[in-house]
Amino acid sequence: MSASQWRRAMNSAATAAAPTLATRPATAARAPTSPGAGMDAMPMSSWLARLAARIRPRHLVVLAAAVAYPFLASPFFTYQIGAQSLALGLIALSLTFLGGYGGMVSLAQMTVAGVAGYGIAIFGTSSFPAISLGWPWWLAACISLTAATVFAAVVGWLSVRTEGIYTIMITLAVGVAFFYLAQQNYTVFNGFGGFSKIAAPELFGIDFREPVPFYFVALGCALAGYLLVRHLVRAPFGVALQGIRDNPRRMASLGYHVNAHRIAAYAVSGLLAAVGGVLMVWYNGRISPGTVNLAQMIGILIIAVLGGMKHPIGAFIGAIVYVLLQNFAIDLFIRERFNLVIGGVFLAIVLFSPDGLLGLWAKLRSRLVQGPISPRKRRQP
Amino acid sequence: MSLTRKQAALWLLFAGPVAVFSVWAVVDNAPLYFKTLLNGLTLASLYFLVASGFTLVFGLMRNVNLAHGSLYLLGAYVGWVVGENTGSWLLAVAAGFLSAAVLGLLLQVFIFRFMEGQDLRQTLVTIGLSIVLADLMLWAFGGEIYTFDPPALIYGSTVLPVIEKFPTYRLFVLLAAIVIGIGLWTFLAKTRVGMMIRAGVDDRGMLAASGVNVQLVFAVTFAIGAGLAGLAGVVGGTALSISPGEDTRYLLASLVVVIVGGMGSVVGASIGALLIGLAEQFGLAYAPTYSVVFTFVIMVVALAFRPRGLMGKAG
Repeated sequence: MSASQWRRAMNSAATAAAPTLATRPATAARAPTSPGAGMDAMPMSSWLARLAARIRPRHLVVLAAAVAYPFLASPFFTYQIGAQSLALGLIALSLTFLGGYGGMVSLAQMTVAGVAGYGIAIFGTSSFPAISLGWPWWLAACISLTAATVFAAVVGWLSVRTEGIYTIMITLAVGVAFFYLAQQNYTVFNGFGGFSKIAAPELFGIDFREPVPFYFVALGCALAGYLLVRHLVRAPFGVALQGIRDNPRRMASLGYHVNAHRIAAYAVSGLLAAVGGVLMVWYNGRISPGTVNLAQMIGILIIAVLGGMKHPIGAFIGAIVYVLLQNFAIDLFIRERFNLVIGGVFLAIVLFSPDGLLGLWAKLRSRLVQGPISPRKRRQP
Repeated sequence: MSLTRKQAALWLLFAGPVAVFSVWAVVDNAPLYFKTLLNGLTLASLYFLVASGFTLVFGLMRNVNLAHGSLYLLGAYVGWVVGENTGSWLLAVAAGFLSAAVLGLLLQVFIFRFMEGQDLRQTLVTIGLSIVLADLMLWAFGGEIYTFDPPALIYGSTVLPVIEKFPTYRLFVLLAAIVIGIGLWTFLAKTRVGMMIRAGVDDRGMLAASGVNVQLVFAVTFAIGAGLAGLAGVVGGTALSISPGEDTRYLLASLVVVIVGGMGSVVGASIGALLIGLAEQFGLAYAPTYSVVFTFVIMVVALAFRPRGLMGKAG
């Protein structure tokens, strides 16, 4: 290794030390709320207590708004805007977790979701009984989630062999290859047409294809995913992952298995994306190669970047903006030019506010509030 | 010694099945085999033309230009308009090269220069650009399929041994790729600018420190890389056709070619293009619904054994 490389490595180690150290005390500081309890085997009650200690009024306000939303909004808004945003947001959340906390920006998250969606179609029931096996929905869902998680882990295993910018290329190649495979192959994926009439289940006499029940299923999944990510990034695994993001060499020399952590992160994000994918296929009622094409893959990236990858909630904010633009921007401009609008918005965000809308909000707030930022600052009406 | 034995085992593992397949295919249906081989070489030539620019830009600037496919399509459309109005195919090729090169130059000078070293942000910008460009081109040219008329000299078909007839134009594409490949190699190996580019690939900081205007080298490289994509757009558009969606296809091809061949290496790009082009055509001829899988398997195998590509330098 040359002297210049050493110097560079040392410098990056010095700069990376700050964020790594900053996350460590944060974990330690909360330990007193659960004295004596190990991080690995946390009793349920103290976990809840820790959760309760972190809840702020703004969390309750958002949750209350999300729960009240379907009773105030029309079925169109509940289903097309609300439920779709939640499902897309969940897939984008998987990218936020992987990219924001793991430093690996994968374009294959929609592909993982698509694998789960195709799983539902192939193992469950659809309009194409020659391929669909017609198994009960819960079995099909279990198999699909497992298959998609394994697929994500394999993609991860492939892409962690190289680093940084290569990740985006390899995951892009994997995703586009899957799209072409789904389009060409008629024996398993039913080619261009895909599958339709994929029904969401009917359970306890509730039809989950109805807007309001489906919205609550999506909300439950999204909330679970959000809490899982919030929990994981504070858990030892997540802290180690962030350490690896900041300085893989230092983490390796500390004895952490860098690649194992990365592949595990791919698997976790794969599960999140798979749940989102199952919701998407139930929402649409159909799946075809168009669900996993390049535009959709990039759409997930746009959502995550639009909201801001620094915080899990950014994925959902991005999804709401994206879905609103998809549904209404086309009325303001020319109907077919949605891609131009969304591409332009994305370009503007990337060029002028790399931290997305959350970054924009933080910048705005720090400009409006002189002095230290209070965490309980009231929202602007 | 053990390393060479391992290498020999690897060669046997990969070359063995290919050789067995070739013998079987030649005995079974020789014309089909050789026709597929030539088609594969033609496709490999196209892929090389597109991917060489991609790999050049990446090698020097660490800029993964995901708008490379859009540059290909832009060159094709501009070339088509010029060809339609002047009636000259050669002018169309020149226009394709120039239009893409100028756009590449503008992008480098006005956007990428300001975000040097921010790999991810540059990549995101190129993604945004590719969406906007694709939609603008769809707006301007619609969803129709456009075709070129090449000059009569390279039109029609040539009689070859074993294969009765083969389109002359495809042989021309093969020839053109070889000429351009050799030209690119000579440019990089023998000229002063080429020397600077190679020095920049190895160590940007050192090149700047020795008094070279690195921004100028970057701009030249980006223009050449983008121009090659535009030129490939006209050449490839003549061999096949131009339509929306071709940008994605050639972007994927460039990605896989440089992942397999190694980033920043023109020789690697030619090897990668050969492997992918042949695999795709043989896949289409012998196992139609799974042809993408072959491409994918080659990529996975290359990543498993040489994570930085066949010609890539160890990081």
